[in-house]
Amino acid sequence: MENLTTYLTQERDQEWRTEIRAKIKLKERTLKLRVKMNEVDPDIRNKNSVEVNSGLTVDQALLEAQRCVDCIDPTCITGCPVGINIPKFIKKIEIGDFLSAASVLKETNTLPAVCGRVCPQEKQCEAQCYYTLKLKKEPVAIGYLERFAADYEQNSGKMSIPEVEKSNNLKVAAIGSGPASLAWAADMAKFGYDVTVFEALHEIGGVLKYGIPEFRLPNTVVDVEIESLREMGVKFITNFIVGRTASFEDLRTQGFQAFFVASGAGLPRFMDIPGENYIGVFSSNEYLTRVNLMNAANPEYDTPVMSGKNVAVIGGGNTAMDAVRTAKRLGAETSRIIYRRSLNEMPARVEEVKHAMEEGIEFLNLNNPLEYYADENGRVNRMKVQKMELGEPDSSGRRSPVPIEGSEYFLDVDTVIVSVGVSPNPLIPACLSDLKVSKWGTIIVDKETMQSSIPDIFAGGDIVRGGATVILAMGDGRKAAAGMHQYIAEKVKK
Amino acid sequence: MNVVVEKIFFSEKVAKLVIQAPEIARSRKAGHFVIVRVDKFGERIPLTIAGANIEKGTIDIIVQEVGVSSSKLCKLNAGDTILDVVGPLGKATHIEKVGTVIAAGGGVGIAPLFPIVEAFKKAGNRVITVLAARNKDLIILEDQMRQFSDEVIVMTDDGSSGKKGLVTQGIEEVIAREKVDLAVAIGPAVMMKFAALTTKKYDIPTLASLNTIMVDGTGMCGACRVSVGGETKFVCVDGPEFDAHKVNFDEMLFRLSAYQKQEVEAFQSFLNK
Repeated sequence: MENLTTYLTQERDQEWRTEIRAKIKLKERTLKLRVKMNEVDPDIRNKNSVEVNSGLTVDQALLEAQRCVDCIDPTCITGCPVGINIPKFIKKIEIGDFLSAASVLKETNTLPAVCGRVCPQEKQCEAQCYYTLKLKKEPVAIGYLERFAADYEQNSGKMSIPEVEKSNNLKVAAIGSGPASLAWAADMAKFGYDVTVFEALHEIGGVLKYGIPEFRLPNTVVDVEIESLREMGVKFITNFIVGRTASFEDLRTQGFQAFFVASGAGLPRFMDIPGENYIGVFSSNEYLTRVNLMNAANPEYDTPVMSGKNVAVIGGGNTAMDAVRTAKRLGAETSRIIYRRSLNEMPARVEEVKHAMEEGIEFLNLNNPLEYYADENGRVNRMKVQKMELGEPDSSGRRSPVPIEGSEYFLDVDTVIVSVGVSPNPLIPACLSDLKVSKWGTIIVDKETMQSSIPDIFAGGDIVRGGATVILAMGDGRKAAAGMHQYIAEKVKK
Repeated sequence: MNVVVEKIFFSEKVAKLVIQAPEIARSRKAGHFVIVRVDKFGERIPLTIAGANIEKGTIDIIVQEVGVSSSKLCKLNAGDTILDVVGPLGKATHIEKVGTVIAAGGGVGIAPLFPIVEAFKKAGNRVITVLAARNKDLIILEDQMRQFSDEVIVMTDDGSSGKKGLVTQGIEEVIAREKVDLAVAIGPAVMMKFAALTTKKYDIPTLASLNTIMVDGTGMCGACRVSVGGETKFVCVDGPEFDAHKVNFDEMLFRLSAYQKQEVEAFQSFLNK
């Protein structure tokens, strides 16, 4: 930690940083108002898959960068799971060197264009910003600036490829190609390893591709970042399920020294209420996978999707918001969120909830489904809902929802999307009998090294956390890379 | 990868594709399936592995032309490539020596039954295979089945091959004359439902291999869920085989028809292309 502080101070003391800090008085910086993200009009965007946030202009970015006071103690960095040198990249923007700003991001973050879009900055870096903590003002728009620099680089066609060490000819593999694996792969490639990422699906990117919709994270943005990894020497193999297509033992024989299991969230959870298996009741995973991964809304593609008229999405997380907004875009007349707690307890990002409301999504908060009914063909046509009130805080610290007796009522629905969480993917744990897993099926790892109970197997992301964010998964990937690097160094020494 | 090395038509609508997939050929067991996406626009569909040749590095899949995806597959010729083939998926059939096994296959369900028949026979069981279909053309793999069965009974709706009648009559015939320790039924959901009702009368443990709609096939989407003994199970990771006496086949039949209208329309416009 001391080293890090010294490093950050040294960086801050560089001439260019001192100069740019002196250019504008502190007081003047703090009087500027936070930039507003440019957005596509809600009534236009809720009918297509165009990206909702259109990014900052150069002028907006320059102004916002001036707000950052380049603190002596940059608390924002402590809020970042991958430890981006935030003031440095923002000051690079302030001096107009946007490509260098992008390089700073990439020192610690493999996917800045992704994180700039989907990270919950309001709970991380921006929550720890000097403006938030000390001035009680709106924080510097770190996320918008991150996206600005990353997009600038992507659009410039001058992608900087992080330097990699000379090859050590040691093979390592990741299982799954989502954010945890991509972060891991970048670090392992930098260390000089021969890196292979195995993916079960036909597309690279995991949840970034099958889960998060185009209007929040365009696939092209993800593909550019994956291309950078390819240029760093990372190999990607699709349609390959480690433990199935080939066993861990087969891969060990082929020379793989260690594995990073990041197979992600798996089985969707249902509520176990009557009627949940009627036609037209989906998991959010299925609904989003059909639309995002299989392009079901495009008639050129063979995979169908039900575009309902009356859609109810059960849950209050980011995935629920993605599903309900997708339903709206596919032409639903009413698309509703049904959530058992109140808006205050809602786990979805504030921005997603705001966007959803602007787009005409109805929120039935403090409501909970009890039962679904179907027509003679088995297609859901009605649901019974109960109103709730908030009681005492539960184990999650949130006030628990308590049913109000006698408040049941019916809603007409033709599509229901259940988005109440997932259980870890069972495929990998099922093929490794020595692997220690928790009672929820998540892989148990050492918190510092991410090493599992099998020494050459490390793990991270949702398969360890059971359901988290892109950036926490990436943080796990980086930790696992450091842990694995050390493990292999010791193993090779022997 | 995934090159079609051979195509054999069993009938006008049913074809066997031999596909190069050396890793899957090596790791697959009876009961496993693969997910196939024929081209960039294709759906991901589950198909049971009907056989494999480790030396040649090939797997066999058997496809009946019923809609867009199956037609696209049936139209492939030797030398063509299938864009994506992933597997083996699902739990392998639990094979052991139990005594006498009835293996009942209906229509294209005969294909996935074949490796199971082979495995039960090799484990030392007496295997009686009942093959059923609408007509003679849809009875496939009869000779191969004979190789690993102590007896093969063929039933057709129109009597064009074997005896005239349903699969259940074939099963009843065997049960009436000898002790049966296990039944395996694979075929259309309706056929499995009635096969299960038949064996239940005699308390014969019965397995059914379910062919539900899937998207990813790796335990992520939940499209394949079925009720088994009142609990929701996922065919892709918990199955595809379940205790047939506990499967809610009526619910499964409903769920299989979820996209029927879209499927019919899509197939019509595909045929008109």
